[in-house]
Amino acid sequence: MALTNNYIKQKLTEKFGEEVTGFEEPYGLLTFQAPKELNLKVLNFLYDDEELKFRFLTDLCGVHYPEQQGKELAVVYHLHNLEQNMRLRFKVFTDSERAEVYTATGLFSSANWMERETYDFYGVNFVGHPNLKRILNVDEMDYFPLRKEFPLEDQSRIDKDDEMFGRGGAIGFGTEKTMSGTIAEEEKNNEGEEIV
Amino acid sequence: MSEQHIRLPEGSIEKTTTTLNLGPTHPATHGVMQNILELDGERIVSTEQTIGYIHRAFEKIAERRPLYQITPLTDRLNYCSSPINNMGWHLTCEKLLGVKTPKRVDYLRVIIMELARISDHLICNSIVGVDSGAYTGFLYVMQYRELIYEIYEEVCGSRLTTNIGRIGGFERNFNDIAFQKIQKFLDEYPRVLKEFENLFTRNRIFMDRTIGAGPISAERALNYGFTGPNLRAAGVDYDVRVMNPYSSYEDFDFEIPVGTTGDCYDRFLVRNQEMWQSLRIIDQAFKKVQEFKGAEAEVYHADVPEYYLPPKKDVYTKMEALIWHFKIIMGEIDMPAGEVYHSVEGANGELGFYMVSDGGRTPYRLHFRRPCFIYYQAYEELTKGSMLSDAIIVMSSLNLIAGEMDA
Repeated sequence: MALTNNYIKQKLTEKFGEEVTGFEEPYGLLTFQAPKELNLKVLNFLYDDEELKFRFLTDLCGVHYPEQQGKELAVVYHLHNLEQNMRLRFKVFTDSERAEVYTATGLFSSANWMERETYDFYGVNFVGHPNLKRILNVDEMDYFPLRKEFPLEDQSRIDKDDEMFGRGGAIGFGTEKTMSGTIAEEEKNNEGEEIV
Repeated sequence: MSEQHIRLPEGSIEKTTTTLNLGPTHPATHGVMQNILELDGERIVSTEQTIGYIHRAFEKIAERRPLYQITPLTDRLNYCSSPINNMGWHLTCEKLLGVKTPKRVDYLRVIIMELARISDHLICNSIVGVDSGAYTGFLYVMQYRELIYEIYEEVCGSRLTTNIGRIGGFERNFNDIAFQKIQKFLDEYPRVLKEFENLFTRNRIFMDRTIGAGPISAERALNYGFTGPNLRAAGVDYDVRVMNPYSSYEDFDFEIPVGTTGDCYDRFLVRNQEMWQSLRIIDQAFKKVQEFKGAEAEVYHADVPEYYLPPKKDVYTKMEALIWHFKIIMGEIDMPAGEVYHSVEGANGELGFYMVSDGGRTPYRLHFRRPCFIYYQAYEELTKGSMLSDAIIVMSSLNLIAGEMDA
């Protein structure tokens, strides 16, 4: 029989009872959440069940909600049943201080780098991951850049002395102060590549 | 001389394997990525990939930009077929906003997307040729990629990073030259593709180099999250265009080519076949577009005043148009709250956009599902035990694009 969102929901509540919550269907995609300790149980159930067969991990990523106390970080799984062409979204929440979630690499080889990326951006520690280190950013980085406490630079700021990009002053390029006047003035005296 | 003058790392004398850094700026990597190969003679013992050399934090930047300003970021993901990324992004926004695009817009988009797919496959397949020692095909087909870029140029003004289309449709209607060039492409390209296939498909040397190189089973490919031509070469007929049709793909008649062994040769064949199928789709879409008559033939965008810029003439003469123009440009429009995942069939796999909106002016969170980031993990499994020269072909036949991998 064809899978429907309602049927999947019913199967999940039969198996996990009150533990799976927050069923929604934004834009037709079944979304639900479970406690983070249960993430592997839920993923395994979705994978192994004869009817559900969600055996393709489309996507795994993190989201940061700093205002949710104790549930600041979300790990979002997008799963796909390729036989029946059903998708679903499954979330677990964790706190940002001790962000620990079990790894899904045992089930999906594709989770390896996606979890590393999530660790890199949000600092979610995937327990049991074979090689949990940064993937896109440099290893020396000591913060997790996609968390909301790191805002992007205010593009209208004028206090930054950044000669390379011409944002040295409020007036514009070439007005930055150097040892002997502004860059524009210095360039006038510059012989450049001429051999003297 | 009791003192040792050259300090060697611990254990390096007893070591019987050789470490080779392939990349990050090796010409055969076709992009900035590093593979640390451990070689026993010429056989590969293990591989470690390092990526992130051109990471530009697009996901973070996108959190501060209104929707229309994110389109140029998507250009720079898979820059061999940026129109598909652009369209994928527009479709995601349209899904979030609940915009319904007219049929003509869908068909025009399909034409552009399939042209992009051809140009991407063309590059990938001819690069496989270059890496196995056949340069001719690469030089020969470049001319037709150029023609595709000229079509983009007529439609949107730019060539590589196209920023093509807007939320709701296109920024302007296709002009006559664009249609003439598409017609020219449809007329001339089949002959060229045939000749390209003649150069490679039954070429003994090419077959010897690619058959059996980097094979993967369907099961492993699925487990590794393969999508697109690489998954189809392993024998799984998963194609987003058919499974979850977007942009009226359901109106077209085409086939999904599949391979069996998932090796380099199959990947090559699948891409070649997909080019023929894309030609079929373009041909059908082109005919469908020609069928629109009168006022319908002038439709090139949906009616979305909140996101689609009004014509410049109106901005200068009408109050309402001026207000909308200002609001759009300054990014002052709140979008509906919600979560949306939308995927399109990119040239190298399922390109997905997961956007979380909290009802503000910019996305709260935007995540790109980049196909080659996900399937590049399998590189070690694909190359283990094979020769160094195979590792190069496997890399080029996977169609890895550094811009997409690093986002």
